[in-house]
Amino acid sequence: MTRLPVAKTYKLFIGGAFPRSESGRSYEIEGANVALGSRKDVRDAVRTAREAFPKWAGMTAYNRGQVLYRVAEMMEGRRAQFEELVGSQAEVDAAIDTWVWYAGWADKLAQVLGTSNPVAGPYFNFTIPEPTGVAGIVAPEEPPLLGLVERVAPALVGGNAVVVLASERRPLAAITLAEVLATSDVPGGTVNVLTGRKSELCPVLAGHMDVNALDLAGIVGDSTELERLAADNVKRVVRNGDGYSPWHAAAFLELKTVWHPIGV
Amino acid sequence: MTEIDKKQDRSLVPSAFEYAPALESRDLVKLEDRYGLFIGGEFVEPRSGEFHPSVSPSSEEELADVAYGGAEDVDAAVGAARDAFENGWSSWPAGERAKVIYRIARILQERAREFAVLESLDGGKPIRESRDVDLPLAAAHFFYYAGWADKLEYAFPNRTPRPLGVAAQVIPWNFPMLMLAWKVAPALAAGNTVVLKPAETTPLTALLFADVLRQAQVPPGVVNIVTGDGRAGSELVKHPDVDKVAFTGSTEVGKEIQRALAGTKKKLTLELGGKAANVIFDDAPLDQAVEGIVNGIYFNQGHVCCAGSRLLVQESIYDQTIQKLKRRMSNLRVGDPLDKNTDIGAINSKAQLERIQELVRSGEEEGADVFQPECRLPEKGWWFAPTVFTNVAQSYRIAQEEIFGPVLSVLTFRTPDEAVEKANNTPYGLAAGVWTEKGSRILSMAQRLRAGVVWANTYNRFDPTSPFGGYKESGFGREGGLHGLEAYVRFD
Repeated sequence: MTRLPVAKTYKLFIGGAFPRSESGRSYEIEGANVALGSRKDVRDAVRTAREAFPKWAGMTAYNRGQVLYRVAEMMEGRRAQFEELVGSQAEVDAAIDTWVWYAGWADKLAQVLGTSNPVAGPYFNFTIPEPTGVAGIVAPEEPPLLGLVERVAPALVGGNAVVVLASERRPLAAITLAEVLATSDVPGGTVNVLTGRKSELCPVLAGHMDVNALDLAGIVGDSTELERLAADNVKRVVRNGDGYSPWHAAAFLELKTVWHPIGV
Repeated sequence: MTEIDKKQDRSLVPSAFEYAPALESRDLVKLEDRYGLFIGGEFVEPRSGEFHPSVSPSSEEELADVAYGGAEDVDAAVGAARDAFENGWSSWPAGERAKVIYRIARILQERAREFAVLESLDGGKPIRESRDVDLPLAAAHFFYYAGWADKLEYAFPNRTPRPLGVAAQVIPWNFPMLMLAWKVAPALAAGNTVVLKPAETTPLTALLFADVLRQAQVPPGVVNIVTGDGRAGSELVKHPDVDKVAFTGSTEVGKEIQRALAGTKKKLTLELGGKAANVIFDDAPLDQAVEGIVNGIYFNQGHVCCAGSRLLVQESIYDQTIQKLKRRMSNLRVGDPLDKNTDIGAINSKAQLERIQELVRSGEEEGADVFQPECRLPEKGWWFAPTVFTNVAQSYRIAQEEIFGPVLSVLTFRTPDEAVEKANNTPYGLAAGVWTEKGSRILSMAQRLRAGVVWANTYNRFDPTSPFGGYKESGFGREGGLHGLEAYVRFD
């Protein structure tokens, strides 16, 4: 008799652990039973992201850059698995290279986006970017891996914690990526990956009062209601973003200006 | 009658100092009896047919009748702005655009005193502030952004910035000309046209600005000014042919605007409310810090979104700080905004005065201790004496809500961690202050305070090169500096 393969259980990724949905639900997709995340899962993910935020934001930029680069290294080692899931070598290549590209931005964002300001008075004055906090990201349906990486990496590199809703129809690559993140020195809770119905989960994420920014890349149709919910706590709403660029990362950053008198 | 009501009573109490009046002359300001709307380069009758007087808050004198624009007026103004954008302004050589903005800056400098007097008359702020802060900064803002007009490609590496089109701008009553400059200057520099909605209670300097546009030969329709109340603002931000909305005002209205714009793809920037913490450590230069506390909360009657309205004092220097603060407050002069010796002018409107009174009453009822120096409030107009609350708990409304008046709430802390915790314990994140002689502590506090502006050993400083704007529910986007341009461009 040939050996029976051991099938993987695809679960959520919250706080660095892989729990099932607290609702106990799953849905069958891509030949697997995938966790059908609930409203409470979203709230749990946001809470753990908020707790993880100070540590990730407080790491040196050099350190954050190295962690993102480590993600690329770990993906490279599992590329066969990713290729099988997404059916495209090019997509996996691009996803890995996206991590490398954004890893390099970690210690450059402040130099490109920050300024020293020549005010008309005896003051030392500078402006630096800081992460906005917890970013809620709705990943695009396609491509399932690259689409998610392109949205998560720029939010992460500036020091934000992330709650991301994976592609609803093709969630397996996202959960496999979570396994990579779990072994790449990304502190637990910094990235949380949820699977399930967007129609159920997006409004909870958009209206959550402890989410600071909302990326609606994965919303194909009308996003009016989600944007309206986002206004409840003046979220920064990202619609299209700005491709591969520091400006995309900047959509998840605040600018802080500090003044100090110059004197003896 | 509560203790506060007694203090606010108009009965005579001796002032700390007697000064001879030193009134700035009103003669510089020539007002029309009534003003229409400034659309397409000329004043036109409002289609709404509605006029209301703009009232001086220091005397309740009706200064001029001002049009209240309606939906049709907003539509006409947006149409004029669109026309000007498509048929001329957007194809102006950038260098020429720069020059016309430089002209605005120069004319504002030349006519600064006229604007300052009118600002104090219409809004109630002390002439010392409108003369020395509002107008110089407004002119500087135009001068700064004029220079960016033909250098935009240097501001955004590897990107080609383009103007957005028509910018709808709604500004508040606390710094009417300065907010106009913060909005109009970067919008024009980036090549947009503008429809500006000044605040209901302070429209007159914006209407006088129309004359600056004439003198500077700004093409018709590039800047349009629609006065009125919230209805005009609402029509303007919702107008389908507007590409960009910039709003400064309350968080409540900001949220309404964000909701109204949901799904529209209009670019939005919001500069909203604040409840800034001013943190005083035990090694701070105390006399300087007390000046900073006073400037932080009593500047412009506390009608400042970044006002240092929550004072956090380290426990070991609490008694000393409060004693010095109360002594300093007793020397503040409340009175005629046009008097050059006045420190605190009139409260901008009756409605705002009532809001302040209501919150102050809540502070008393919740159990805080109140102090007001003895001062003589003028008979007519709307006034509120500088006020400080001690013994305040974080849960009190006066520690949570933006009062937007000369009212300070004092809390204490023991450790830097506790100071950070309390300072950040608010949905707002506009500004913060920190006072200490220890350099490493300044930098650590500056890093940990979640606010868009941190003033260390100073407070309430502004400059056109220095970006300003909030974290969290204090809004998004920045005004001022290179970062202020981003709000008015799109990338190809």
